[in-house]
Amino acid sequence: MASVSKRYPVRARDFLHAGEASIQIQAFLKAMGLDAGLIRRIAICSYEAEMNAVIHGGDGELEMTLADEWVTLEVRDAGPGIADIELAMQPGYSTADETAREMGFGAGMGLPNMKANADELRLESAPGRGTRALMVFRREAAGGGAP
Amino acid sequence: MKVAELCETLGWKALAGARGLDREVRGGYCGDLLSDVMAKAPPGCLWLTVQGHLNIVAVALLREMAGIVITSGREPDADTVRRAEEEGIPLFTSPASAFTLAGRLWELGVGRTGAA
Repeated sequence: MASVSKRYPVRARDFLHAGEASIQIQAFLKAMGLDAGLIRRIAICSYEAEMNAVIHGGDGELEMTLADEWVTLEVRDAGPGIADIELAMQPGYSTADETAREMGFGAGMGLPNMKANADELRLESAPGRGTRALMVFRREAAGGGAP
Repeated sequence: MKVAELCETLGWKALAGARGLDREVRGGYCGDLLSDVMAKAPPGCLWLTVQGHLNIVAVALLREMAGIVITSGREPDADTVRRAEEEGIPLFTSPASAFTLAGRLWELGVGRTGAA
């Protein structure tokens, strides 16, 4: 099978509609018959990736690619970028504003959740240059990893 | 137990999602931080939260929850009710706190097997 890619726009500060792309990705992967545990891990990551772009990101795009042996999620945004990636990866660290926090976002768990649930997470970012996060999920690893 | 039985027993006000009322409740989760709920709520659970904005429906769908109970007398946004109805996600309100409701659910046997 050739790989299939789907792209979804992510709008900055649109807290309420964030998650729509993840719902569509989840429905597509279910229709394609992927393992339920794998779909759950992908859903956690796509939701967090969407939320990061919404909270911090400026407008961006989420792209999911399904291939025979793996699934990838890539989120690219035109936001302020991350000055210190190691610090941003620490659980509990967040630069989210008060509005986001009151809604239950910005707990500093997004990147750690992504790292815990993807088989591989690559982050490329620099101040003023936006952020690109690539997550890889091996299909044969289905059932392993976080719940 | 099914969602409808719990709603009736515990006196929740049903706002949306009638077509999901015969779902079996397989656990429960309390949380207002969406990343925590997204990572840890068990599939088939009832989610007790004070958040009432539209995004909670996305979380409930992605975690394949049985339903949402908004606690402590809070009210959801109108958009949240509309979306929950569209998606068939049972949505309730209760004046009781999450602590009290979780205790009642536990007494009724919810979450005692399997769930975290």
